[in-house]
Amino acid sequence: MKQLPALVILFWLAAVVLAAVVDLSPDHIQLEHILASADRHAWLGYDDLGRNILARLLSGAGVSLLVVGAVTLITLSIGTMLGLLAGFYGGWLDRLLMRITDIFLAFPGMLLAIAFAAVLGPGLNNLLLALCMTSWVGYARLTRAQALSLRQRQHVQASEALGASPWRLMRHHMLPLLAAPLVVEATYSMAGLVIAEASLSFLGLGVQAPQASWGSMLRDGVRYLLVAPHYVLATGISLMSLVLAINLLGDRLRDHWDVKRA
Amino acid sequence: MIRRVIKRLWGVLPVVFGVLLLTFLLLHLVPGDPVDVMLGESAAVADRAQLRAELGLDQSLPVQFVQYLNHLAHGDFGRSIHSGQAVSSLLAERLPATLKLATLALLIALLVGLPLGIIAALRARHWPDTVASLFSLSLSAMPHFWLGPLLMLLFGLWLGWLPISGMTPVSAIILPALTLGFGLSAILTRMTRASLLEVLSEDFVRTARAKGLSESHVILRHALRAALLPVVTVIGLQMGSLLAGTVITETVFGWDGLGRLLVESIEKRDYPVTQACVLVIALTYVLVNLCTDIAYQRLDPRVRLS
Repeated sequence: MKQLPALVILFWLAAVVLAAVVDLSPDHIQLEHILASADRHAWLGYDDLGRNILARLLSGAGVSLLVVGAVTLITLSIGTMLGLLAGFYGGWLDRLLMRITDIFLAFPGMLLAIAFAAVLGPGLNNLLLALCMTSWVGYARLTRAQALSLRQRQHVQASEALGASPWRLMRHHMLPLLAAPLVVEATYSMAGLVIAEASLSFLGLGVQAPQASWGSMLRDGVRYLLVAPHYVLATGISLMSLVLAINLLGDRLRDHWDVKRA
Repeated sequence: MIRRVIKRLWGVLPVVFGVLLLTFLLLHLVPGDPVDVMLGESAAVADRAQLRAELGLDQSLPVQFVQYLNHLAHGDFGRSIHSGQAVSSLLAERLPATLKLATLALLIALLVGLPLGIIAALRARHWPDTVASLFSLSLSAMPHFWLGPLLMLLFGLWLGWLPISGMTPVSAIILPALTLGFGLSAILTRMTRASLLEVLSEDFVRTARAKGLSESHVILRHALRAALLPVVTVIGLQMGSLLAGTVITETVFGWDGLGRLLVESIEKRDYPVTQACVLVIALTYVLVNLCTDIAYQRLDPRVRLS
């Protein structure tokens, strides 16, 4: 039971790899099967163009995990670096960074990502860009707050007195202590990114047809809700299972490392 | 007290300025020429020049920003490229529907979240606590565009109790409000539980019990008052996801509010409308947080009397 979240995440990772290796032809249109329910070829039924829903779910999972992975990697590095510098040096750099993050945080939830994606135009690259532009803020704030207090720790002050360079202090004496809270934050933020990617695709701002994505599948599923509930149910349950698993993994990591979250 | 409010207002000004600046810059993030994107490459040269002048794009960036602020100060949000209507009248048309929806959603969230959180804390590690945490855990993994269709299926299609989309009849508001409210109630449940559990272990609660007050008196008059303070802040912060949530929820349910106006404007590449919607939602959020902050100061005797 305790391993279930990790297993679900592994399942989706394996499914994505499998879908990439074996050609499941997620874009293959079979007009005679439009919105048909499950049979032995398509275990979860067919969508509005008679495409195999399971194959499209796996292909969509690939997009989702790609976006989540890329955005996390980029924003985690940028956010951590900015936060560390601001917390270490303080002064105008710190004030500037805090002002900028204040402005970003004044836009509620997904609104800024939606706005960025809207003006940049639809497509995978712009989706990535929009999510990167909004996701670094959390890491920067967290790192900055932690760095402020780490800066005063005895081991940091001691090595500074011994003449360690700022880079060495940050890299060897502060960053290792930041790792646990950052990994926990990143885990929760990944669950948020799965939802964010799906939200933008739901609004038509994500990857474009015929490429499958969970968000656009949900949008089509809602359109055919009354005639083919299996479409929206299959997609929604997939999304929920992944988000829930990541959140639970985050909870376990948080408890394991005893990280306090703001 | 008044001094503190003024100080808080002063602190908000740079954020408001930043929000205005970022919203203004949105139009300049459009790859290529925004006029081309909005009118299409085939538009007449005169039309383009007119739109360019109207949007002020022929001026330098700082001049444009000052003009933008000047127009906003006069309540002028520009004109919709698509319909030619003044954006301010579009906003006035759509805002009431969104406010109605958000208010009802907040009410639902409070009615579900607070009692559930209180019960969970009072019966911690027993079955009511387990039920409450399962409820909030599963809801936190259900974005609006999945919870919404699920409620549509359940109450619209299978039970047939409620209309699933549109603005009429009056009961059409129930499903979108439930969708928005449930998401928020999950967070409220978790916060109320954690906050009350912490307060229950404090000295003043033990003292209240020791002097022989009834358990309900201890909980309602002493513990809950202290426990709900942090929850007020959370409600303010979460109003943001509620406001942003209207964008998706209104799209799912075909509810003609501000959120749907935003999505429609994105689809039509009607950038002045997009800009105005983003600005109004963000400024509402700033205002709501300012109000919760002031409310918090009024409610917390430690701050009020200091």
